[in-house]
Amino acid sequence: MGKETLAWLILFLPLAAAGTIALFTRKHPTVSVRLSICAVLASFVLTWAFAGAWNEAGRFSAAAEWISVGNFNIEMGITIDRLSWIMLLIVTGVGSAIHIYSYGYMKEDPAFSRFFASLSLFTFSMLGIVLANNFLQMFVFWELVGLSSYLLIGFWYGKASAADAAKKAFLTNRIGDFGFLLGMIAIWTAVGTVNFEEVRNAITANKGIFGTAASAIGFLIFMGAMGKSAQFPLHVWLPDAMEGPTPVSALIHAATMVAAGVYMLCRVFFIYGANPAWPEWLGVLDGISALQIIAWIGGITALLAALIAVQQNDIKRILAYSTLSQLGYMVMAVGLTGTDAAMYHLGTHAFFKALLFLGAGSVIHAMHHEQDIWTMGALKDKTPLTFWTFLIGTLALAGAPPFAGFYSKDAILAVAFEHAPFSLFPLAVIVAVLTTFYMTRLMLITFFGKERSDAAHHAHESPGVMTGPLVFLAILTVIGGFLGLGNIVNAETEHHAGSWISEAFAPFSHAPMAALSGIAAMLFGAFLAFGLYWNAERDPLPEMARTLSRGMRNRFYFDEFYETLIAGSQGALAKLADMVDRYLIAGLLVRGSSGFVEIGGRALRLVQSGNLQTYTFMLALGVALVLLIVFRTGL
Amino acid sequence: MHAGLEHYLTVSALLFCLGLFGVISRRNLLVIYMSLELMLNAANLAFVALSRFTNNIDGQVMVFFIITVAAAEVAVGLALIVALYRKKQSAHVEDLTSMKL
Repeated sequence: MGKETLAWLILFLPLAAAGTIALFTRKHPTVSVRLSICAVLASFVLTWAFAGAWNEAGRFSAAAEWISVGNFNIEMGITIDRLSWIMLLIVTGVGSAIHIYSYGYMKEDPAFSRFFASLSLFTFSMLGIVLANNFLQMFVFWELVGLSSYLLIGFWYGKASAADAAKKAFLTNRIGDFGFLLGMIAIWTAVGTVNFEEVRNAITANKGIFGTAASAIGFLIFMGAMGKSAQFPLHVWLPDAMEGPTPVSALIHAATMVAAGVYMLCRVFFIYGANPAWPEWLGVLDGISALQIIAWIGGITALLAALIAVQQNDIKRILAYSTLSQLGYMVMAVGLTGTDAAMYHLGTHAFFKALLFLGAGSVIHAMHHEQDIWTMGALKDKTPLTFWTFLIGTLALAGAPPFAGFYSKDAILAVAFEHAPFSLFPLAVIVAVLTTFYMTRLMLITFFGKERSDAAHHAHESPGVMTGPLVFLAILTVIGGFLGLGNIVNAETEHHAGSWISEAFAPFSHAPMAALSGIAAMLFGAFLAFGLYWNAERDPLPEMARTLSRGMRNRFYFDEFYETLIAGSQGALAKLADMVDRYLIAGLLVRGSSGFVEIGGRALRLVQSGNLQTYTFMLALGVALVLLIVFRTGL
Repeated sequence: MHAGLEHYLTVSALLFCLGLFGVISRRNLLVIYMSLELMLNAANLAFVALSRFTNNIDGQVMVFFIITVAAAEVAVGLALIVALYRKKQSAHVEDLTSMKL
């Protein structure tokens, strides 16, 4: 088997598993789950076969012709380079852990097979995005990811909230995807191809190739990322997506799918190399590049989500907002041209956020599907393995050295310090404080203090099939940082990387300001949280900062705002359409034309008297009229 | 005064209009029938006059056809009138309104 076949196998094995389950083994859950897990594990193993398999140009590629119309050719292609390889590892690696975990978590669900079919379909779609070598292929898989996310969020479709959340996610994503599609068409119009390499070369050859559309294209493509990576103002779907099963939240809404937006931005980052320019009618935006917009949207998302997370009480929602906030970090880094830092954080975040979600799932499992943290407490001794792995995840997310999160967050802070030391850098540090604050709050309330309910009293540790993946991810989280995950992302530093000890202390020598303020932010946030929540019975914050707390708790009223805005505008539009339909189309056109014919018919009926001589008279009159016209016009 | 084509055609037109007027205004079917014959003969006159003044025999051929058809028509028409009279006991057009729906 050639290497190309292997590459195709990575992509299509999960699809084969999904297809087989859907068609043949739906009645046999154990077969289904084995198929699904084997497929993703095989993809994971095959991915390792491509370590360093790229050529001098840094790429391994395979392609087959897909659509060919006239001179418009689209390939179904595979590109494996550093970027996509690391993403492959994340998707298949974290994916494998979560598949195995789901075996335990979903065991009692009657639709077990359907769950794994959807999961495999998702893995396939995600791998398609990662491996795509052109915009159109990426877009197709992009939509497939949206579909599988819809299927999985709405997995318990009998529950109205889950079905609604699935719809919300799908529709919100649609807005972003529309922008992506427009951007893609604009690129095709300007360059005549949608292949990544060809577009990159075209831009390198002529930086003005997009003309005045350059910044608009950049922004439209970013809109796709805005939807998938849930950036402000399209962030509202992600917290609701927590209605899906917890492994789904971990895989899709923390580790992989939401990272697809960031990955896509890194993949097509070359389009931001074109000379920025806005069309004339958008002259007010002159001087603001698409990248600046991206950076600020990322920053705003990070801050907003971190603030909201502080006052949430549902364990999964806290993590969801934390995901939003970390995605904001990554997008901000992309906007500040720090794609390496963004990908680095994406990788480590995938590990520790999947770990946290699976830990949360384990807690929820132990608590018999109770998600409110104020009913928990003192779970530290009841679920020790979950506690320790959760603690590792929390430390990583908070950015404590030497956990992976510290290094990647530091990389982003360093980028922010370098490019925007007085605007986005302080904002990023504030977000870091908030991150530690809400995570410490979560830890203290969930695992320490007193048992706040019977369920907490009777909690028990989850089975090995669930804790195994937790430990696996925890190990990755611990060593991911100084094993140099960042170096795989960045080609230049790989060759002069020192020993792992010097790697471990690299942040302090490389950008001491960023590293020190990161640690200071973490300590300050933890200090605040300990002061407020150590042995707390109730949340003290609502009494201390009434308005702010209420705003945070209600997610700053974004959902209400959208509801008013969309329901209002949609209602007005519907009313208008109804009026047009009722009065213009049904009234004037349909009933009008039929009425006209009917009245005409009634009038003409009077003429038909039955009198022979009237007919004759009219005949003569008609002939006379015709003759008159003929003679007058000389026809 | 020498009679030209326009004189013949004028007489023909007048005859035609008289016939038409008769058809439209008279109530008795038989009189209507006679008026119809007048119209046919107006046409005949026009044919003959045109044939004469254009030295083309075709018009006169057409006149023979018209006379033949008119004879046949009279036979059918009178038979219909007699049949109608037997059925309705009237030969007036006002009574013949069965064409109205």
